[in-house]
Amino acid sequence: MKSALIQFPGSNRDRDMVHALASVSGSAPALVWHKETALPDTDLIVIPGGFSYGDYLRSGAIAARSPIIEQVRAAARRGVRVLGVCNGFQILTEAGLLPGTLMRNASLKFVCREVLLEVANNATSFTHAYKKGQIIRCPVAHHDGNYFADPDTLATIEGNEQVAFRYSGGTNPNGSINDIAGVFNAEKNVLGLMPHPENLIEPAHGGTDGRALFEGVLEMVEA
Amino acid sequence: MKARVTVTLKNGVLDPQGQAIEGALDGLGFTGIGTVRQGKVFDIELDDCNKDTALSLLNDMCKKLLANTVIEDYRVDIIG
Repeated sequence: MKSALIQFPGSNRDRDMVHALASVSGSAPALVWHKETALPDTDLIVIPGGFSYGDYLRSGAIAARSPIIEQVRAAARRGVRVLGVCNGFQILTEAGLLPGTLMRNASLKFVCREVLLEVANNATSFTHAYKKGQIIRCPVAHHDGNYFADPDTLATIEGNEQVAFRYSGGTNPNGSINDIAGVFNAEKNVLGLMPHPENLIEPAHGGTDGRALFEGVLEMVEA
Repeated sequence: MKARVTVTLKNGVLDPQGQAIEGALDGLGFTGIGTVRQGKVFDIELDDCNKDTALSLLNDMCKKLLANTVIEDYRVDIIG
């Protein structure tokens, strides 16, 4: 599997993601600086977590207007899989590649803890290695993870099974509407989520619940 | 030419920061406060041009960057 990872000034989970991708797929992703205007040939584009541009204006807002995003948009349109984690999720919503937006946590506090996630839709290339309704553990670390969409958009994404993961067992850390932790685009080839599956890849991390997400994509690509 | 862009949260969008400010004002003894909603103000200097061109440019800036229209409304004023 060929993957590409986009780096912005302020990305800080990029190395965790490189490790996860290399560990699961056997090859490290191509690193692409956000000022680039071309992407390498790739099966998966990943936008990692961090605080691109210091969260100035709105989290992900300025990164979403970087030159490389037009290439990400074009690749997504061609069906290339795109994964955004944490700040990557914020960037994808700001770029209009995913519906809704991420607002300040309802508690107004930065949250860094483990949550439980329910796999809401496993009929996608990202989530098929999980069972529908499976509960997995995953860490979160964010200040702006409070997912919001207007009632029409929310009805659309719920009706179209675009919710990928929901916070479960009362662990919603940020006030997200409908406990939404991750969403797909309508075509299900773009996924954004606030939790960090790349941080639960091997036993040394304290668990491996995040691994199936990457293995699932790998399996689809190599099939 | 100077313009002011004001970005505010749409009605119905939860504003926990506004609520926290409301609580702090209450704690300082200010009474008679309804709700507080937090927004953003951008003062933008533009090369001189006619007002319609400036307004069109500023509206474009709002749609493309300054406001997230999923949750925010914006208002553009020429102030000098």
